[in-house]
Amino acid sequence: MRNFKSISRGFFIHATLIFVSLLSVFPFIWLLSTALKGNSENIFQYPPVFFPQEPTWDNFKGVWNQIPFMLYFLNSMVVAGFTVLLNLILSALAAYPLARMDFKGKRVVFYATLATIMIPFQAIMLPVYLIVLKLHMVDSVNSVMGYLGLILPFAVNAFGIFLMRQAFLAIPREMEEAAFVDGCNVFQIWWKILIPMVKPTLAVLAIFTFIGSWGEFLWPSIVLTQKSLYTLPVGVNDLQGMFSANWRYIAAGSIIATIPILVFFIAMQRYFISGENDGAVKG
Amino acid sequence: MYKYYKKYVPYLFLLPAAVILILFFFIPFFETIILSFFDYNSNIYAPQFVSLANYTSLLKSPVFYKVLLNTFIYLIVAVPFLVVIPLIIAIMINQKIRGITLYKIIIYLPVIVSIVVAAIAFKWLYAQQGILNYVMALFHIDALGWLTDPNIALYSVIIVTIWKGIGYYMMIYLSALMSVPKDLYEACDVDGANPITKHLTVTLPHLMPTIGLVTTISSISAMKVFVEIYVMTKGGPLDSSKTIVYYIYERAFENLDLGIASAASVILLIIVLALSVINFVFFENKQYQL
Repeated sequence: MRNFKSISRGFFIHATLIFVSLLSVFPFIWLLSTALKGNSENIFQYPPVFFPQEPTWDNFKGVWNQIPFMLYFLNSMVVAGFTVLLNLILSALAAYPLARMDFKGKRVVFYATLATIMIPFQAIMLPVYLIVLKLHMVDSVNSVMGYLGLILPFAVNAFGIFLMRQAFLAIPREMEEAAFVDGCNVFQIWWKILIPMVKPTLAVLAIFTFIGSWGEFLWPSIVLTQKSLYTLPVGVNDLQGMFSANWRYIAAGSIIATIPILVFFIAMQRYFISGENDGAVKG
Repeated sequence: MYKYYKKYVPYLFLLPAAVILILFFFIPFFETIILSFFDYNSNIYAPQFVSLANYTSLLKSPVFYKVLLNTFIYLIVAVPFLVVIPLIIAIMINQKIRGITLYKIIIYLPVIVSIVVAAIAFKWLYAQQGILNYVMALFHIDALGWLTDPNIALYSVIIVTIWKGIGYYMMIYLSALMSVPKDLYEACDVDGANPITKHLTVTLPHLMPTIGLVTTISSISAMKVFVEIYVMTKGGPLDSSKTIVYYIYERAFENLDLGIASAASVILLIIVLALSVINFVFFENKQYQL
């Protein structure tokens, strides 16, 4: 009897989880199905046809020829790459004194940093834009300035600083003292002793910063004026305007733009689903 | 402990991050407040100090009321789903069953994919002659104008936010579930408690702080929702799906009404600050202590 109960319970759990999984992927699958349907198929047909009758790559080729996806991809890589690099360096630098040193104003610095967590970017984006304009960090000046405007406002945040601080706090102080006795200066202690020990945390910070930066839409859509600097999310949104009624192209373009992050996710999946990155999952 | 660094060294380490945080957080924060007391509407190059006029005109504006109401509905509808559904899924996944990793990957997928792509995918599902209306017809329900009916559009967008958030909060619950002591479950098994009683008496009390955390985080992100609305409805039809961030965006970057946009931003700031303080005081007070 007990056995029957646990089997039916297992069945119930699997049925529910399979249902949730289907809901999670269905919007993408339906998009893919539409993208694979050729012009001879009516995509508004009733009842809807799930498997394309004559699957074709034509929509993918067509949208690829009209939209510079490689350029958008490279722009996204530059922006996300430098955003990650700066976040790693600046967070690890700022976290060190907050974790280890005594200095005047430490409390003020600590709580001021904490306060920035509570300031939503959406509430201050207008002045951020005005400042970026004042610093000429916009794409109408040149591409480098355009990239700077996309990257610098997100070069560091309090989540990263606190995450690195926690990592430094977990290292025994004896490590630094020994290094000091051996003649390392404070910068060498940071770079040669501490940084190698917090590599796992740096990896977590890098991955989540990358995902955040890669998917960012609001800020690039505010600052960008030149298509040559469009990142992938901005380019994808642009598909709607370019092919207003052509859902085959919009679908194909959206799928193309999703491939890079999908590859990244599959490659790095253990970081996302291990469930041990408690402090790192937001931001 | 002896000091192995000179007095100015801590500041050197802090400097680069400080420059960024001051330039792109603190100055804009105070500038938002200052701008909210100026009128840019008459002449954008010669703003006039108007003290609280922007706030009073916001409070008199029916559109802003609509926006606040929509934002509130967003929060009230989305948050319970984002607190409860991921919890149930996490408890199910946390059983020793086959395929845990695969379930986790698939359910986390919507979190990873760009919200722009997700919104486009749903726009396609929601199309007038789309697949969702077909499924409804199978159940003899009339076709809905998912994104075109002012009574429904807001909820159609909320569905996307919920759909995209489930995997994210599921992971937060899963990592909390790992710390529930196993022997408590064993005690339950000895007592012969059924699975539901087991979770009500052991899991839930243990997860209360996490439930609180998810409630505050999901409330804060509901306040900040933008991209779904921008991609799917542009706040329409008839402002029916316009929430506060979209309103700020529209005022600031389309109407160049910097004063009104800033006053609305200050209102957003106050709400999010309040939610964040609740979050820090009750739920996240370990990591952020000196």
